[in-house]
Amino acid sequence: MTVQGIILSPDLDGDRTWRIGDYVKRGGYDALKKIIADKIPADQIIGEVKKSALRGRGGAGFPTGLKWSFMPRAFPGAKYLACNSDEGEPGTFKDRDILRYNPHTVIEGMIIAGYAMGCERGYNYIHGEIFEVYERFEEALQEARDAGLLGKNILGSDFSFELYAHHGYGAYICGEETALLESIEGKKGQPRFKPPFPASFGLYGKPTTINNTETFASIPFIIREGGDAFLALGKPNNGGTKLFSVSGHVNKPGNFEIPLGTPFSTLLEMAGGVRGGRKLKAVIPGGSSAPVLPGSVMMDCTMDYDSISKAGSMLGSGAVIVMDESTCMVKALERLSYFYFEESCGQCTPCREGTGWLYRVVHRIENGLGRPDDLDLLNSVTTNIMGRTICALGDAASMPVQSFVKHFGEEFAFHIEHKKCLVPKDVQHEGSKIYVA
Amino acid sequence: MLSPESLKKIDREIAKYPPDQKQSASMSALRIAQEERGWLANETIEFVAEYLGMPAIAVYEVASFYNMYDLAPVGAKKIVVCTNLPCALSGGVHAAEYIKKKLGIDFNETTADGLFTLKEGECMGACGDAPVLLVNNHQMCSWMTEEKIDQLLADLKK
Repeated sequence: MTVQGIILSPDLDGDRTWRIGDYVKRGGYDALKKIIADKIPADQIIGEVKKSALRGRGGAGFPTGLKWSFMPRAFPGAKYLACNSDEGEPGTFKDRDILRYNPHTVIEGMIIAGYAMGCERGYNYIHGEIFEVYERFEEALQEARDAGLLGKNILGSDFSFELYAHHGYGAYICGEETALLESIEGKKGQPRFKPPFPASFGLYGKPTTINNTETFASIPFIIREGGDAFLALGKPNNGGTKLFSVSGHVNKPGNFEIPLGTPFSTLLEMAGGVRGGRKLKAVIPGGSSAPVLPGSVMMDCTMDYDSISKAGSMLGSGAVIVMDESTCMVKALERLSYFYFEESCGQCTPCREGTGWLYRVVHRIENGLGRPDDLDLLNSVTTNIMGRTICALGDAASMPVQSFVKHFGEEFAFHIEHKKCLVPKDVQHEGSKIYVA
Repeated sequence: MLSPESLKKIDREIAKYPPDQKQSASMSALRIAQEERGWLANETIEFVAEYLGMPAIAVYEVASFYNMYDLAPVGAKKIVVCTNLPCALSGGVHAAEYIKKKLGIDFNETTADGLFTLKEGECMGACGDAPVLLVNNHQMCSWMTEEKIDQLLADLKK
């Protein structure tokens, strides 16, 4: 493994060191044991998470400690915890590695979160296509139960917490937190209107907190080593290390866990540089929903929430899709637009109809049937979707369109005028051949 | 309708949820039913609904919403290829074209012998492993070069 972090730490050995015994040897469950032994108050744990400046790793980057403080701990009755491992944002493949190489760090993080927020039960919602990972997580849960770390009276204390895995079955929208809750309830994964927020009306109508897999995986370190130690790994307001999934035109695609604030150029180098020595053209820095940036802009960025946001995009889930000069930007956008069209849940008209319009218009431009006013049309469709839907999928479908047209408008105009790609077909073909590092 | 083994698996799923929330097991019950029956016929969906004490339409809504459920018969081996952008940049489309040529079928078609169905998939969350294929929903195959595809198809034929 090429990673040097606290979650996918260097002492992991791929598939061979995920079991509870290996995890305990790495200091695993020390944080939980300390909490139980010292009867650390819940407020102190939340305070530590706030101090760490840990921000939600699923895409929104919301401060985790603040989110935890929204839970009405004194509320009588059931409260729930959910882990969002429904990783289906094109470009993102970090949670899969966390779950298969270090599942207990997620389990420990969830138990600590359950303790801090007074939850009695948690679910880890695992992406449908990674069944093998789901099965392994089930095994890891059983190991934790057998060791007295899950269930009734954990480690002899009066704290009880149950944790289960819920397996998705192929719906990108379930990565949206309220759709995820609907899905755990055994329904179609259609997002709920907010407010009420899950902290007051969540799973089965009870207070619920949802965090990403990597967020939970960061918790044991924060409790064991302290919030300051985590913060110091990153930069102010951007605590800790972060996993970046690098895909596309690089020599060594994969996950890289690096301190927030690391220059993009360093990350690109870690991923082996641009494939075949070709020139960097564009980068989507935070998963397919994040606005694309020209390569030259990216080369001046550091990999943290603030720098990427200043450059006009989002760090999102940390999925870095690298495209070199052999890429036709219209074709790239066409594929992404098809994805959102396919995955729109159909609940809100602007998204259900709008994503279809976006795909069909980009498709006709790519196929030489573009019309002179198509770029204006695309723009108008995106502005009629954005902000007019229940969840963020509509925005997520619109931002790629707006940014591709903004930064690579001349390529779109060329297609419309000349009925063909600016990048010759054989160059595209060569650039997207089967490539295995 | 379903074997005792499948029912035992479904019972295990039901036990994960609060006693009054049996319907939460609908997704896994459908998955288990599909593993046994190959696809989800209306009768199978109705059986699952009855077993969970749900209206049949509520279970049908679930079965038709999530795209890994098959509501029509598929070949013994269903191969799904991811062609989304990150995979496409590393040969996802080429891998799909190669399989089409090898099997003589297009997306959403089944070979005449009923052995293979080919589908185009959306992001499987394994973009670093491109090209990626998923066999029968559960077996993920990574870094699929033409040679590895040949080998896989030969193995699946056995």
